[in-house]
Amino acid sequence: MTTLNEAPTVKGARRFDKPRTPQGKAGKFFEERLGLAGGLRKQLNKVFPDHWSFMMGEIALYSFIILILTGTFLTFFFDASMAEVRYDGSYVPLQGVEMSRAYASTLHISFDVRGGLILRQIHHWAALLFMAAMTIHMFRVFFTGAFRKPRELNWLIGLGLITLGLVEGFAGYSLPDDLLSGTGLRIAEAIMQSIPVIGTWVAFLAFGGKFPGTEIIGRLYIVHVLLVPGILAGLIGAHMALLIKQKHTEFPGPGKSEHTVSGERMYPTYAAKAGGFFFIVFAVCAALGGLAQINPIWLYGPYNTAQVSAGSQPDFYIGFLDGSTRLFPSWEIRLWHHTIPALFWPTIVLPGILFTLAGAYPFLEAKLTKDRAKHHLLQRPRDVPVRTGLGAMAITFYGVLLLSGGNDLIAKAFDISLNAMTWAGRIGMLLAPPLAYVIAYKACIGLQRHDREVLEHGIETGIIKRLPNGEFIEIHQPLGAVDDHGHGLLEYAGTPVPKKMNKLGNPQTARVKGFFRPVREKAEIEAELAALEQAEAERAASQRELTD
Amino acid sequence: MTDDTVDADSDLGFDPAVSDRDVPTAARAARASKAPSSSRGGGLRSKVSRKVSSVLVLIGALAAVGGGYSLLAPSSSADQTALSAADVETGRQLYESSCITCHGSNLQGVQGRGPSLIGVGSAATYFQVSTGRMPAAGQGATNNRKPAKFNEQQTQQIAAYVGSVGGGPQVPTGDLRGNPQNISDGGELFRLNCASCHNFAGKGAPLSAGKVAPSLNNATDLQLYTAMLSGPENMPVFSDNQITPDQKKAIIDYIQNLKASKDPGGAGLDRIGPVSEGLLIWTAGLGVLMVAILWIGRKS
Ligand code: HEC
Ligand code: HEC
Ligand code: HEM
Repeated sequence: MTTLNEAPTVKGARRFDKPRTPQGKAGKFFEERLGLAGGLRKQLNKVFPDHWSFMMGEIALYSFIILILTGTFLTFFFDASMAEVRYDGSYVPLQGVEMSRAYASTLHISFDVRGGLILRQIHHWAALLFMAAMTIHMFRVFFTGAFRKPRELNWLIGLGLITLGLVEGFAGYSLPDDLLSGTGLRIAEAIMQSIPVIGTWVAFLAFGGKFPGTEIIGRLYIVHVLLVPGILAGLIGAHMALLIKQKHTEFPGPGKSEHTVSGERMYPTYAAKAGGFFFIVFAVCAALGGLAQINPIWLYGPYNTAQVSAGSQPDFYIGFLDGSTRLFPSWEIRLWHHTIPALFWPTIVLPGILFTLAGAYPFLEAKLTKDRAKHHLLQRPRDVPVRTGLGAMAITFYGVLLLSGGNDLIAKAFDISLNAMTWAGRIGMLLAPPLAYVIAYKACIGLQRHDREVLEHGIETGIIKRLPNGEFIEIHQPLGAVDDHGHGLLEYAGTPVPKKMNKLGNPQTARVKGFFRPVREKAEIEAELAALEQAEAERAASQRELTD
Repeated sequence: MTDDTVDADSDLGFDPAVSDRDVPTAARAARASKAPSSSRGGGLRSKVSRKVSSVLVLIGALAAVGGGYSLLAPSSSADQTALSAADVETGRQLYESSCITCHGSNLQGVQGRGPSLIGVGSAATYFQVSTGRMPAAGQGATNNRKPAKFNEQQTQQIAAYVGSVGGGPQVPTGDLRGNPQNISDGGELFRLNCASCHNFAGKGAPLSAGKVAPSLNNATDLQLYTAMLSGPENMPVFSDNQITPDQKKAIIDYIQNLKASKDPGGAGLDRIGPVSEGLLIWTAGLGVLMVAILWIGRKS
């Protein structure tokens, strides 16, 4: 392995340097006790390849940080108790209404705590963003083959993060104890009960008795602010540690190989870029929190087992389960004297299958393609049409379920009957995914063919020439050397191929890279490093002379 | 639509709560500028607006965005002057020109065209005609809300005529708003009796078999009241035994207030809950960030 990661740490220099600045002294203090500098410098010198699609995971990471910050604020005022109180806060249409302390304290946060409403809203928007960003990050990893050996473990951790995110979001959504979240909990209870044999017992255990009981909000609170965030933070740490250890993947191209990593250093370039991006993510969450109302629990009212509202939906990340429940026919199956309620299949079996398939995919693919090699270079989706097709199929399936989760609103908006929507969902669920596979597969092949054509015949210049015999031909600009027949000799390598004349030229050197300042070439950097090393060694030598 | 009073007083950035009816404008202004006030609702409201105003500054132009919720809350109905015999007579003439083909000359109904109206009452008639459902466009047409064919007075006259022949629940007269203090009772009753079909914010929802519980956005006080009394189509009848007239008024108060209130959290996203929120995060949230990412990517 190479190069920049093993940045030079010059032994000797450190020991003899006397720090003069306060930072330097502090640094010395810690260095003498912890001895981290070498490792730290190594980390800071890590290079990160940069491609726009690598930043989706960062959105998820930053929204998690925002969630922790805003969530901590909410804990100061939220009271996770189901004790009944009579509301006497500022929101007039609920004054005098009996409600749980959880609901009353959420109203209090919304109406009587300075800045409470906007922080509550930022928290919730960031939660949605967290889930959405993890989803597209996963798509990126899937379609570029970044999950292949040696990165299967990180794929599994990622899936764990999404699953826990679902749990965390559901728990948070349930905390305010409003009419919608109570309806959600009631459904969760029904889902638990639908588990064969142990269902009733599971539900009884989770709720500490009969629904809704007086326990569940308190328990979900611990799950929401302690248990799951703790595991999430640990898994995110592991995810990042593996990423740093295994190094980032990158797209193939000139100067890229399976054995090097190129890009920008962790510090300062990448850190500055990432820090800047954090603020962009924060700004988007803050803008949403300030401008768009989310989870207006005062409109829903407190939870009451006697009430249910039309159009009670979960947050979008649970929507696919709502959709699968709406689509699944109400078959009750009796097996060995146990009735398995219809709810069991779409809410437990189906997600179980989906997540198992997703988790097994890297291993299945390796087995089926007999590809057991390590991969550090990514693939373009078009170059692996089968995988791209499968991905399109999965997304379409998920999409149909998600849309069906809101099918009542779609029915109303477009004046379609709800039954028609349900049937459209059922048929769509079965037919749309294979169709998506075929379309994606064909698209991949088409794109590949076009690339190959350009490699062989050159770029269309748009210049039409008339031959002496009257025939019109278009002049093609070959990309490289040509053989006797004028056919390009460049091999297809799964890298982007220029398609327009003004994209010609060496793509790597022609463009100035870098966000804040231009990224220098590897050779240049190496030369500089060597010079630096030289200088430091000299200085150390001269100092030794002085002290000796 | 017959909006009688347009309640355009929601210039406070945030006014989710109190019924503004019957409060003289000067008094309102005084309340808004945190003058102590006698009534419970008013005092609290000024407290709310004071506390929340700082948040509002932070949040910025929310009110403008959320203002899409027009403040056209039709409030109490037109004067319900007692209807005279002459009105009933005019009503009969209107009935004979517009309704007789389907409902028959003595309200007995016409086979295959329209049901008997004997005993449906003036309330049902008022509801059907004032919401434009009647006269029906034709056989088998779904009777959705349409622009009314008759004006308020003519509608009252037709209703009076139908009521005078067959009896049945009467169009109520007088003020249809309850005591603003009872608005929270109205909310409870609304969630208990109406939200299961019309949704928590009165946005409406589809029912099974292609039926729809419509949005309550355009319903006036009197239409709300007569809808409860007559239970059109798939909607149950809420007789005075089930929901007393006072409770009906409290429900009306709650609904109309909800419609007039602004959304304190910003744009209300049509108040349909998590679905519109999900849509927004994928478009405005993630969409904006993807553009940012592509932009950064292009720069590097
Ligand atoms: C084209 C035929 C037609 C015309 C014209 C018509 N109706 Fe109707 N009406 C119907 C039908 C059909 C129903 C039943 C509709 C339903 O249940 O949705 C109905 C229902 C009603 C009802 C509700 C009955 C109930 O049991 O609640 C009332 C009240 C009514 N009509 C009044 C009128 C009045 C007043 C007029 C004249 C302004 C009128 N209709 C004109 C066809 C008609
Ligand atoms: C079982 C479902 C159901 C319940 C519960 C219900 N409604 Fe309705 N409601 C309907 C349906 C269906 C219609 C449409 C009737 C039609 O089109 O003829 C309707 C129509 C209405 C309308 C007419 C709206 C318009 O603008 O055209 C009003 C007002 C109304 N309902 C008020 C209420 C109130 C108030 C309650 C609670 C006390 C209530 N409804 C409870 C189903 C319901
Ligand atoms: C991945 C992480 C997280 C997700 C997805 C998430 C999601 C949510 C959601 C959807 C709600 C409902 C908010 C609403 O009322 O509109 C919520 C509420 C809440 N969250 Fe979180 N959250 C996360 C992390 C945290 C953390 C780390 C804390 C605290 C340390 C926290 C504290 C709270 C509290 C106290 C509430 C209840 C207050 C309220 O409902 O307004 N959350 N969370």
